[in-house]
Amino acid sequence: MAEENKQKPNNQQEKKALTALLDQTKEQAKALKQRAVEEAKTYAEPEKTQLYRSIFRVKHDDQPRNRALSVLSNVFFHLHPAKINRDAVRYAYTWGMGGITFYVFLVLTVTGVLLMFYYHPTKVQAFRDILYLEHDVPFGKLLRNMHRWGAHLMVITVWLHMFRVFLTGSYKTPREFNWSIGVILLVLTLLLSFTGYLLPDDQLGFWAITVGTSMARATPLLGHEGPFGPQLGMTPYNDVRFALLGGSIVDANALLRSYIWHCIALPLVAAVFMGVHFWRVRKDGGISGPAPVVMESEVKEPRPGPTPVIMKPSGMRER
Amino acid sequence: MTEPFAKEAQVAGPAASSKPAGDGQPEINTLKMRRRIIWASIWGFVGVNFLMFLRFFFPRTLFEPKSVFSVGTSSDFGLGVDTRFQQQYRIWVVRKPDRLFVIYARCTHLGCTPDWKESENKFKCPCHGSGYDSDGINFEGPAPRPMDRAHVELNAQGQIVVDVNRLYTCERGKPCHFDDEGAYLVV
Repeated sequence: MAEENKQKPNNQQEKKALTALLDQTKEQAKALKQRAVEEAKTYAEPEKTQLYRSIFRVKHDDQPRNRALSVLSNVFFHLHPAKINRDAVRYAYTWGMGGITFYVFLVLTVTGVLLMFYYHPTKVQAFRDILYLEHDVPFGKLLRNMHRWGAHLMVITVWLHMFRVFLTGSYKTPREFNWSIGVILLVLTLLLSFTGYLLPDDQLGFWAITVGTSMARATPLLGHEGPFGPQLGMTPYNDVRFALLGGSIVDANALLRSYIWHCIALPLVAAVFMGVHFWRVRKDGGISGPAPVVMESEVKEPRPGPTPVIMKPSGMRER
Repeated sequence: MTEPFAKEAQVAGPAASSKPAGDGQPEINTLKMRRRIIWASIWGFVGVNFLMFLRFFFPRTLFEPKSVFSVGTSSDFGLGVDTRFQQQYRIWVVRKPDRLFVIYARCTHLGCTPDWKESENKFKCPCHGSGYDSDGINFEGPAPRPMDRAHVELNAQGQIVVDVNRLYTCERGKPCHFDDEGAYLVV
Protein backbone atom coordinates (compact mmCIF):
# COMPACT_ATOMS: atom_id res chain seq x y z
CA MET A 1 0.00 0.00 0.00
CA ALA A 2 2.69 2.45 0.93
CA GLU A 3 4.31 1.89 -2.42
CA GLU A 4 1.17 2.94 -4.41
CA ASN A 5 0.89 6.21 -2.46
CA LYS A 6 4.39 7.01 -3.27
CA GLN A 7 4.03 6.17 -6.95
CA LYS A 8 1.30 8.78 -7.73
CA PRO A 9 3.29 11.90 -7.00
CA ASN A 10 6.23 10.23 -8.59
CA ASN A 11 4.34 9.86 -11.88
CA GLN A 12 3.45 13.54 -11.93
CA GLN A 13 6.99 14.49 -11.18
CA GLU A 14 8.19 12.21 -13.94
CA LYS A 15 5.80 13.82 -16.42
CA LYS A 16 7.13 17.24 -15.51
CA ALA A 17 10.67 16.07 -15.83
CA LEU A 18 9.93 14.47 -19.19
CA THR A 19 8.38 17.65 -20.66
CA ALA A 20 11.34 19.63 -19.39
CA LEU A 21 13.69 17.14 -20.99
CA LEU A 22 11.70 17.25 -24.21
CA ASP A 23 11.89 21.04 -24.33
CA GLN A 24 15.57 20.91 -23.60
CA THR A 25 16.15 18.42 -26.36
CA LYS A 26 14.13 20.51 -28.78
CA GLU A 27 16.20 23.55 -27.90
CA GLN A 28 19.38 21.55 -28.34
CA ALA A 29 18.19 20.30 -31.71
CA LYS A 30 17.42 23.84 -32.72
CA ALA A 31 20.85 25.02 -31.67
CA LEU A 32 22.44 22.09 -33.47
CA LYS A 33 20.51 22.89 -36.62
CA GLN A 34 21.55 26.49 -36.40
CA ARG A 35 25.16 25.46 -35.96
CA ALA A 36 24.90 23.06 -38.87
CA VAL A 37 23.49 25.82 -41.04
CA GLU A 38 26.24 28.17 -39.97
CA GLU A 39 28.83 25.47 -40.61
CA ALA A 40 27.31 24.71 -44.00
CA LYS A 41 27.65 28.37 -44.88
CA THR A 42 31.37 28.19 -44.24
CA TYR A 43 31.76 25.55 -46.95
CA ALA A 44 31.17 28.31 -49.45
CA GLU A 45 34.54 29.61 -48.22
CA PRO A 46 36.38 26.48 -47.06
CA GLU A 47 39.66 28.34 -46.60
CA LYS A 48 38.12 30.06 -43.57
CA THR A 49 37.30 26.88 -41.67
CA GLN A 50 39.30 25.80 -38.65
CA LEU A 51 40.04 22.46 -40.33
CA TYR A 52 41.54 24.18 -43.37
CA ARG A 53 43.61 26.50 -41.23
CA SER A 54 44.90 23.66 -39.08
CA ILE A 55 46.28 22.04 -42.24
CA PHE A 56 47.36 25.00 -44.34
CA ARG A 57 48.08 27.36 -41.44
CA VAL A 58 48.22 30.65 -43.32
CA LYS A 59 45.78 32.57 -45.43
CA HIS A 60 47.82 34.34 -48.03
CA ASP A 61 46.97 37.60 -49.70
CA ASP A 62 48.41 37.98 -53.14
CA GLN A 63 51.50 39.95 -52.23
CA PRO A 64 55.09 39.14 -53.20
CA ARG A 65 56.00 38.51 -49.56
CA ASN A 66 53.06 36.21 -48.94
CA ARG A 67 53.66 34.36 -52.16
CA ALA A 68 57.20 33.69 -51.04
CA LEU A 69 55.94 32.64 -47.60
CA SER A 70 53.44 30.21 -49.06
CA VAL A 71 56.30 28.45 -50.80
CA LEU A 72 58.63 28.54 -47.81
CA SER A 73 56.07 27.35 -45.23
CA ASN A 74 54.90 24.32 -47.22
CA VAL A 75 56.81 21.08 -46.86
CA PHE A 76 56.39 20.17 -50.53
CA PHE A 77 56.71 23.64 -52.02
CA HIS A 78 59.76 24.58 -49.99
CA LEU A 79 61.87 22.21 -52.07
CA HIS A 80 61.40 24.70 -54.87
CA PRO A 81 62.98 28.13 -54.90
CA ALA A 82 60.57 30.94 -53.95
CA LYS A 83 61.81 33.00 -56.86
CA ILE A 84 63.94 32.21 -59.86
CA ASN A 85 65.48 34.07 -62.73
CA ARG A 86 63.09 33.69 -65.66
CA ASP A 87 66.03 33.11 -68.02
CA ALA A 88 67.24 30.17 -65.95
CA VAL A 89 64.32 28.01 -67.00
CA ARG A 90 64.60 28.50 -70.75
CA TYR A 91 64.39 24.98 -72.19
CA ALA A 92 66.75 25.97 -74.96
CA TYR A 93 69.34 26.55 -72.25
CA THR A 94 68.74 23.79 -69.68
CA TRP A 95 66.92 21.20 -71.81
CA GLY A 96 65.16 20.39 -68.53
CA MET A 97 67.44 17.36 -68.37
CA GLY A 98 68.12 17.34 -64.64
CA GLY A 99 64.42 17.51 -63.87
CA ILE A 100 63.59 14.87 -66.46
CA THR A 101 66.26 12.59 -64.98
CA PHE A 102 64.73 13.00 -61.53
CA TYR A 103 61.26 12.38 -62.90
CA VAL A 104 62.42 9.18 -64.61
CA PHE A 105 64.05 8.12 -61.33
CA LEU A 106 60.67 8.53 -59.60
CA VAL A 107 58.95 6.48 -62.31
CA LEU A 108 61.60 3.78 -61.92
CA THR A 109 61.12 3.77 -58.15
CA VAL A 110 57.35 3.35 -58.38
CA THR A 111 57.39 0.71 -61.15
CA GLY A 112 60.32 -1.05 -59.46
CA VAL A 113 58.46 -1.37 -56.17
CA LEU A 114 55.43 -2.73 -58.03
CA LEU A 115 57.59 -5.29 -59.85
CA MET A 116 58.94 -6.43 -56.47
CA PHE A 117 55.46 -7.72 -55.62
CA TYR A 118 55.80 -10.46 -58.24
CA TYR A 119 59.55 -11.09 -58.47
CA HIS A 120 61.56 -13.65 -56.46
CA PRO A 121 65.35 -13.28 -56.66
CA THR A 122 66.07 -17.02 -56.83
CA LYS A 123 67.52 -19.14 -59.61
CA VAL A 124 64.37 -21.28 -59.81
CA GLN A 125 61.84 -18.44 -59.90
CA ALA A 126 63.49 -15.31 -61.30
CA PHE A 127 63.15 -15.95 -65.02
CA ARG A 128 59.79 -17.68 -64.52
CA ASP A 129 58.53 -14.52 -62.76
CA ILE A 130 59.66 -12.42 -65.71
CA LEU A 131 57.64 -14.61 -68.08
CA TYR A 132 54.73 -14.46 -65.63
CA LEU A 133 54.96 -10.65 -65.53
CA GLU A 134 55.16 -10.47 -69.31
CA HIS A 135 52.22 -12.75 -70.02
CA ASP A 136 49.80 -12.97 -67.13
CA VAL A 137 50.16 -10.32 -64.41
CA PRO A 138 47.65 -7.49 -64.99
CA PHE A 139 49.63 -4.57 -66.43
CA GLY A 140 52.78 -6.63 -65.80
CA LYS A 141 54.08 -6.16 -69.32
CA LEU A 142 53.46 -2.43 -69.08
CA LEU A 143 55.24 -2.16 -65.70
CA ARG A 144 58.24 -4.21 -66.77
CA ASN A 145 58.63 -2.26 -69.99
CA MET A 146 58.23 1.08 -68.22
CA HIS A 147 60.99 0.00 -65.86
CA ARG A 148 63.21 -1.33 -68.62
CA TRP A 149 62.85 1.60 -71.01
CA GLY A 150 62.90 4.06 -68.13
CA ALA A 151 66.25 2.61 -67.07
CA HIS A 152 67.66 3.10 -70.56
CA LEU A 153 66.19 6.59 -70.67
CA MET A 154 67.65 7.58 -67.32
CA VAL A 155 71.18 6.69 -68.44
CA ILE A 156 70.64 8.76 -71.60
CA THR A 157 69.18 11.77 -69.77
CA VAL A 158 71.96 11.70 -67.16
CA TRP A 159 74.52 11.90 -69.99
CA LEU A 160 72.60 14.68 -71.73
CA HIS A 161 72.29 16.60 -68.45
CA MET A 162 76.02 16.27 -67.93
CA PHE A 163 76.63 17.29 -71.53
CA ARG A 164 74.52 20.44 -71.10
CA VAL A 165 76.23 21.34 -67.82
CA PHE A 166 79.59 20.92 -69.55
CA LEU A 167 78.62 22.94 -72.62
CA THR A 168 77.26 25.85 -70.58
CA GLY A 169 80.27 25.81 -68.25
CA SER A 170 77.99 25.25 -65.28
CA TYR A 171 80.61 23.03 -63.61
CA LYS A 172 82.72 26.11 -62.82
CA THR A 173 83.02 27.88 -59.48
CA PRO A 174 80.93 27.94 -57.33
CA ARG A 175 79.40 24.76 -58.74
CA GLU A 176 82.50 22.54 -58.87
CA PHE A 177 81.47 20.64 -55.75
CA ASN A 178 78.04 19.93 -57.20
CA TRP A 179 79.66 18.68 -60.41
CA SER A 180 81.53 16.11 -58.31
CA ILE A 181 78.29 15.06 -56.62
CA GLY A 182 76.86 14.72 -60.12
CA VAL A 183 79.72 12.45 -61.17
CA ILE A 184 78.97 10.21 -58.18
CA LEU A 185 75.30 10.18 -59.20
CA LEU A 186 76.36 9.17 -62.73
CA VAL A 187 78.31 6.23 -61.30
CA LEU A 188 75.35 5.27 -59.09
CA THR A 189 73.03 5.41 -62.11
CA LEU A 190 75.34 3.10 -64.07
CA LEU A 191 75.62 0.74 -61.09
CA LEU A 192 71.83 0.65 -60.75
CA SER A 193 71.60 -0.13 -64.45
CA PHE A 194 74.24 -2.86 -64.17
CA THR A 195 72.76 -4.57 -61.10
CA GLY A 196 69.31 -4.51 -62.69
CA TYR A 197 70.69 -6.26 -65.77
CA LEU A 198 71.14 -9.62 -64.00
CA LEU A 199 67.71 -9.71 -62.35
CA PRO A 200 65.70 -11.25 -65.24
CA ASP A 201 68.24 -14.12 -65.05
CA ASP A 202 68.13 -14.57 -68.82
CA GLN A 203 71.05 -15.32 -71.13
CA LEU A 204 71.61 -11.63 -71.92
CA GLY A 205 71.86 -10.58 -68.27
CA PHE A 206 73.78 -13.65 -67.15
CA TRP A 207 76.57 -13.22 -69.68
CA ALA A 208 76.62 -9.45 -69.25
CA ILE A 209 77.31 -9.93 -65.55
CA THR A 210 79.82 -12.68 -66.34
CA VAL A 211 81.69 -10.26 -68.59
CA GLY A 212 81.29 -7.28 -66.26
CA THR A 213 82.53 -9.06 -63.18
CA SER A 214 85.35 -10.65 -65.19
CA MET A 215 86.70 -7.13 -65.53
CA ALA A 216 86.77 -7.00 -61.72
CA ARG A 217 89.32 -9.84 -61.87
CA ALA A 218 91.76 -7.32 -63.32
CA THR A 219 91.33 -4.78 -60.48
CA PRO A 220 94.73 -3.59 -59.27
CA LEU A 221 95.65 -5.04 -55.86
CA LEU A 222 92.13 -6.41 -55.23
CA GLY A 223 91.65 -8.69 -58.26
CA HIS A 224 93.31 -12.07 -58.71
CA GLU A 225 94.34 -11.26 -62.29
CA GLY A 226 95.11 -7.60 -61.74
CA PRO A 227 98.45 -5.86 -61.16
CA PHE A 228 99.96 -6.95 -57.82
CA GLY A 229 96.82 -8.98 -57.07
CA PRO A 230 98.45 -12.44 -57.05
CA GLN A 231 101.41 -11.04 -55.09
CA LEU A 232 98.96 -9.92 -52.41
CA GLY A 233 97.49 -13.41 -52.22
CA MET A 234 94.38 -12.80 -54.33
CA THR A 235 92.65 -15.92 -55.65
CA PRO A 236 89.24 -16.42 -57.30
CA TYR A 237 88.00 -17.18 -53.79
CA ASN A 238 89.00 -14.03 -51.91
CA ASP A 239 89.22 -11.12 -54.35
CA VAL A 240 86.87 -8.22 -55.04
CA ARG A 241 84.93 -10.19 -57.65
CA PHE A 242 84.24 -12.88 -55.06
CA ALA A 243 82.78 -10.24 -52.73
CA LEU A 244 80.59 -8.85 -55.51
CA LEU A 245 79.25 -12.25 -56.59
CA GLY A 246 79.19 -13.96 -53.22
CA GLY A 247 81.02 -16.87 -54.88
CA SER A 248 83.45 -17.67 -57.67
CA ILE A 249 80.74 -17.97 -60.34
CA VAL A 250 77.60 -16.02 -61.31
CA ASP A 251 75.04 -18.05 -59.38
CA ALA A 252 72.26 -17.77 -56.79
CA ASN A 253 74.29 -15.55 -54.42
CA ALA A 254 75.13 -13.15 -57.25
CA LEU A 255 71.46 -12.89 -58.19
CA LEU A 256 70.42 -12.17 -54.60
CA ARG A 257 73.22 -9.63 -54.09
CA SER A 258 72.35 -7.89 -57.33
CA TYR A 259 68.76 -7.68 -56.18
CA ILE A 260 69.62 -6.16 -52.80
CA TRP A 261 72.08 -3.64 -54.23
CA HIS A 262 69.58 -2.77 -56.96
CA CYS A 263 66.45 -2.42 -54.82
CA ILE A 264 67.73 -1.15 -51.49
CA ALA A 265 71.32 -0.03 -51.08
CA LEU A 266 71.97 1.86 -54.32
CA PRO A 267 68.60 3.70 -54.47
CA LEU A 268 69.05 4.83 -50.85
CA VAL A 269 72.57 6.11 -51.48
CA ALA A 270 71.44 7.74 -54.74
CA ALA A 271 68.52 9.45 -52.95
CA VAL A 272 70.87 10.93 -50.35
CA PHE A 273 73.24 12.23 -53.03
CA MET A 274 70.29 13.60 -55.01
CA GLY A 275 69.15 15.49 -51.92
CA VAL A 276 72.60 17.05 -51.58
CA HIS A 277 72.73 17.72 -55.34
CA PHE A 278 69.41 19.60 -55.42
CA TRP A 279 70.19 21.47 -52.23
CA ARG A 280 73.52 22.62 -53.67
CA VAL A 281 71.81 23.78 -56.88
CA ARG A 282 69.82 26.17 -54.69
CA LYS A 283 72.75 27.21 -52.51
CA ASP A 284 75.04 27.81 -55.50
CA GLY A 285 72.66 30.38 -56.92
CA GLY A 286 69.94 28.35 -58.56
CA ILE A 287 69.91 26.66 -61.93
CA SER A 288 72.78 28.11 -63.89
CA GLY A 289 71.46 30.25 -66.71
CA PRO A 290 72.47 32.96 -69.13
CA ALA A 291 73.25 36.46 -67.84
CA PRO A 292 70.10 37.99 -66.38
CA VAL A 293 68.25 40.32 -68.71
CA VAL A 294 65.81 43.14 -67.96
CA MET A 295 62.81 43.92 -70.10
CA GLU A 296 62.77 47.38 -71.62
CA SER A 297 59.45 48.05 -69.97
CA GLU A 298 60.96 47.29 -66.57
CA VAL A 299 63.74 49.88 -66.70
CA LYS A 300 62.81 52.71 -64.34
CA GLU A 301 65.99 54.62 -63.73
CA PRO A 302 69.66 54.03 -64.40
CA ARG A 303 71.02 51.76 -61.71
CA PRO A 304 74.49 51.94 -60.20
CA GLY A 305 76.92 49.22 -61.21
CA PRO A 306 77.36 47.40 -64.52
CA THR A 307 74.78 48.15 -67.20
CA PRO A 308 72.33 45.25 -67.52
CA VAL A 309 71.60 43.78 -70.92
CA ILE A 310 68.38 45.40 -72.11
CA MET A 311 65.98 43.04 -73.78
CA LYS A 312 63.02 43.97 -75.93
CA PRO A 313 59.78 42.09 -75.25
CA SER A 314 60.21 40.31 -78.57
CA GLY A 315 63.31 38.66 -77.08
CA MET A 316 65.72 40.42 -79.44
CA ARG A 317 68.83 41.91 -77.95
CA GLU A 318 69.41 45.67 -78.18
CA ARG A 319 72.49 46.61 -80.17
CA MET B 1 90.25 16.61 -35.47
CA THR B 2 90.48 20.19 -34.20
CA GLU B 3 86.75 20.18 -33.51
CA PRO B 4 86.86 18.16 -30.26
CA PHE B 5 89.57 20.40 -28.88
CA ALA B 6 87.49 23.49 -29.52
CA LYS B 7 84.75 21.90 -27.47
CA GLU B 8 87.21 21.08 -24.72
CA ALA B 9 88.05 24.74 -24.33
CA GLN B 10 84.36 25.48 -23.87
CA VAL B 11 83.96 22.79 -21.26
CA ALA B 12 86.92 24.10 -19.29
CA GLY B 13 85.83 27.70 -19.53
CA PRO B 14 87.90 30.72 -20.55
CA ALA B 15 90.54 30.14 -17.87
CA ALA B 16 91.66 26.92 -19.51
CA SER B 17 95.08 25.82 -18.33
CA SER B 18 96.71 22.77 -16.89
CA LYS B 19 95.69 23.92 -13.42
CA PRO B 20 92.63 22.50 -11.64
CA ALA B 21 89.49 24.02 -13.13
CA GLY B 22 88.10 24.76 -9.65
CA ASP B 23 84.83 23.64 -8.03
CA GLY B 24 86.23 20.15 -7.66
CA GLN B 25 86.57 19.88 -11.48
CA PRO B 26 89.33 17.55 -12.67
CA GLU B 27 92.40 19.01 -14.37
CA ILE B 28 92.00 20.21 -17.93
CA ASN B 29 94.42 17.56 -19.17
CA THR B 30 92.26 14.90 -17.58
CA LEU B 31 89.24 16.27 -19.41
CA LYS B 32 91.18 16.27 -22.68
CA MET B 33 92.28 12.69 -22.11
CA ARG B 34 88.70 11.63 -21.34
CA ARG B 35 87.48 13.19 -24.56
CA ARG B 36 90.25 11.55 -26.51
CA ILE B 37 89.39 8.16 -25.05
CA ILE B 38 85.68 8.59 -25.84
CA TRP B 39 86.41 9.61 -29.43
CA ALA B 40 88.93 6.81 -29.85
CA SER B 41 86.32 4.33 -28.59
CA ILE B 42 83.66 5.66 -30.96
CA TRP B 43 85.92 5.61 -34.02
CA GLY B 44 87.35 2.26 -33.01
CA PHE B 45 83.87 0.84 -32.70
CA VAL B 46 82.80 2.27 -36.07
CA GLY B 47 86.02 1.09 -37.70
CA VAL B 48 85.77 -2.45 -36.37
CA ASN B 49 82.15 -2.58 -37.44
CA PHE B 50 83.12 -1.45 -40.93
CA LEU B 51 85.73 -4.22 -41.14
CA MET B 52 83.08 -6.72 -40.00
CA PHE B 53 80.76 -5.30 -42.66
CA LEU B 54 83.41 -5.90 -45.33
CA ARG B 55 84.20 -9.41 -44.09
CA PHE B 56 80.48 -10.19 -44.15
CA PHE B 57 80.56 -10.18 -47.97
CA PHE B 58 82.99 -13.12 -48.16
CA PRO B 59 80.97 -16.29 -47.45
CA ARG B 60 82.75 -19.23 -45.86
CA THR B 61 80.66 -21.96 -47.45
CA LEU B 62 79.95 -22.13 -51.17
CA PHE B 63 77.29 -24.12 -52.96
CA GLU B 64 79.04 -24.40 -56.30
CA PRO B 65 79.95 -27.32 -58.60
CA LYS B 66 82.85 -29.42 -57.35
CA SER B 67 86.23 -28.19 -58.52
CA VAL B 68 87.93 -31.59 -58.11
CA PHE B 69 86.11 -34.46 -59.75
CA SER B 70 86.52 -37.69 -61.67
CA VAL B 71 85.54 -37.99 -65.35
CA GLY B 72 86.07 -41.72 -65.95
CA THR B 73 88.92 -43.61 -67.58
CA SER B 74 90.84 -42.59 -70.68
CA SER B 75 89.20 -45.38 -72.68
CA ASP B 76 85.87 -43.56 -72.24
CA PHE B 77 87.02 -40.88 -74.65
CA GLY B 78 87.44 -41.15 -78.40
CA LEU B 79 89.75 -38.95 -80.43
CA GLY B 80 88.73 -35.27 -80.50
CA VAL B 81 86.75 -32.93 -78.25
CA ASP B 82 84.29 -34.38 -75.74
CA THR B 83 81.60 -31.96 -74.49
CA ARG B 84 79.70 -34.25 -72.11
CA PHE B 85 80.99 -32.48 -68.94
CA GLN B 86 80.49 -28.94 -70.20
CA GLN B 87 77.16 -28.33 -68.44
CA GLN B 88 78.13 -29.98 -65.16
CA TYR B 89 81.78 -29.03 -64.67
CA ARG B 90 82.54 -26.46 -67.40
CA ILE B 91 85.31 -28.50 -69.05
CA TRP B 92 86.04 -30.27 -72.31
CA VAL B 93 88.09 -33.45 -72.44
CA VAL B 94 90.33 -33.50 -75.51
CA ARG B 95 92.01 -36.70 -76.63
CA LYS B 96 94.88 -36.71 -79.09
CA PRO B 97 96.65 -39.77 -80.45
CA ASP B 98 99.37 -39.51 -77.80
CA ARG B 99 97.92 -37.44 -74.95
CA LEU B 100 94.71 -36.43 -73.18
CA PHE B 101 94.08 -33.02 -71.61
CA VAL B 102 91.20 -31.05 -70.15
CA ILE B 103 90.34 -27.51 -71.33
CA TYR B 104 88.67 -25.23 -68.80
CA ALA B 105 85.68 -23.88 -70.79
CA ARG B 106 86.21 -20.21 -70.05
CA CYS B 107 87.01 -17.67 -72.74
CA THR B 108 90.24 -15.89 -71.86
CA HIS B 109 88.78 -12.59 -73.02
CA LEU B 110 86.02 -11.91 -70.49
CA GLY B 111 84.97 -15.24 -69.06
CA CYS B 112 82.05 -16.47 -71.19
CA THR B 113 81.70 -20.14 -72.10
CA PRO B 114 82.53 -20.71 -75.79
CA ASP B 115 80.59 -23.23 -77.90
CA TRP B 116 82.19 -26.25 -79.57
CA LYS B 117 81.38 -26.04 -83.30
CA GLU B 118 81.81 -29.63 -84.51
CA SER B 119 81.36 -28.78 -88.21
CA GLU B 120 83.93 -25.98 -88.14
CA ASN B 121 86.28 -27.83 -85.77
CA LYS B 122 86.64 -24.82 -83.50
CA PHE B 123 85.46 -23.21 -80.28
CA LYS B 124 83.54 -19.95 -80.75
CA CYS B 125 82.69 -17.52 -77.96
CA PRO B 126 79.20 -16.01 -78.37
CA CYS B 127 80.01 -12.89 -76.33
CA HIS B 128 82.69 -11.17 -78.42
CA GLY B 129 83.57 -13.68 -81.12
CA SER B 130 86.86 -15.17 -79.94
CA GLY B 131 87.72 -18.35 -81.84
CA TYR B 132 89.90 -21.27 -80.71
CA ASP B 133 91.01 -24.39 -82.54
CA SER B 134 90.34 -27.89 -81.22
CA ASP B 135 93.34 -27.60 -78.89
CA GLY B 136 91.90 -24.41 -77.39
CA ILE B 137 94.51 -22.22 -79.10
CA ASN B 138 93.11 -18.77 -79.97
CA PHE B 139 93.26 -17.73 -83.61
CA GLU B 140 90.57 -15.00 -83.96
CA GLY B 141 88.75 -12.41 -81.93
CA PRO B 142 89.85 -10.49 -78.84
CA ALA B 143 91.05 -13.45 -76.73
CA PRO B 144 94.56 -12.70 -75.42
CA ARG B 145 95.74 -16.32 -74.95
CA PRO B 146 94.71 -19.95 -75.43
CA MET B 147 92.09 -21.34 -73.09
CA ASP B 148 93.55 -22.60 -69.82
CA ARG B 149 93.93 -26.32 -69.15
CA ALA B 150 92.99 -28.02 -65.90
CA HIS B 151 95.21 -30.27 -63.81
CA VAL B 152 94.68 -33.98 -64.57
CA GLU B 153 95.99 -37.09 -62.84
CA LEU B 154 95.08 -40.74 -62.52
CA ASN B 155 93.93 -42.03 -59.15
CA ALA B 156 94.53 -45.54 -57.81
CA GLN B 157 91.52 -46.93 -59.72
CA GLY B 158 92.79 -45.54 -63.04
CA GLN B 159 90.13 -42.80 -63.03
CA ILE B 160 91.01 -39.40 -64.46
CA VAL B 161 90.75 -36.80 -61.68
CA VAL B 162 90.42 -33.18 -62.83
CA ASP B 163 91.20 -30.17 -60.63
CA VAL B 164 89.97 -26.88 -62.14
CA ASN B 165 91.54 -24.89 -59.30
CA ARG B 166 94.95 -25.68 -60.79
CA LEU B 167 95.04 -24.18 -64.26
CA TYR B 168 97.88 -24.23 -66.77
CA THR B 169 98.26 -21.17 -68.98
CA CYS B 170 100.16 -20.56 -72.18
CA GLU B 171 100.50 -16.85 -72.78
CA ARG B 172 102.60 -15.31 -75.54
CA GLY B 173 105.83 -13.88 -74.18
CA LYS B 174 105.59 -15.97 -71.02
CA PRO B 175 106.61 -19.57 -70.35
CA CYS B 176 104.02 -22.06 -71.68
CA HIS B 177 102.77 -24.53 -69.10
CA PHE B 178 100.85 -26.85 -71.43
CA ASP B 179 103.71 -29.38 -71.39
CA ASP B 180 104.11 -29.28 -67.61
CA GLU B 181 103.54 -32.41 -65.59
CA GLY B 182 99.84 -32.57 -64.67
CA ALA B 183 98.69 -30.53 -67.66
CA TYR B 184 98.11 -33.71 -69.69
CA LEU B 185 98.03 -37.49 -69.46
CA VAL B 186 99.93 -39.82 -71.77
CA VAL B 187 97.58 -42.35 -73.31
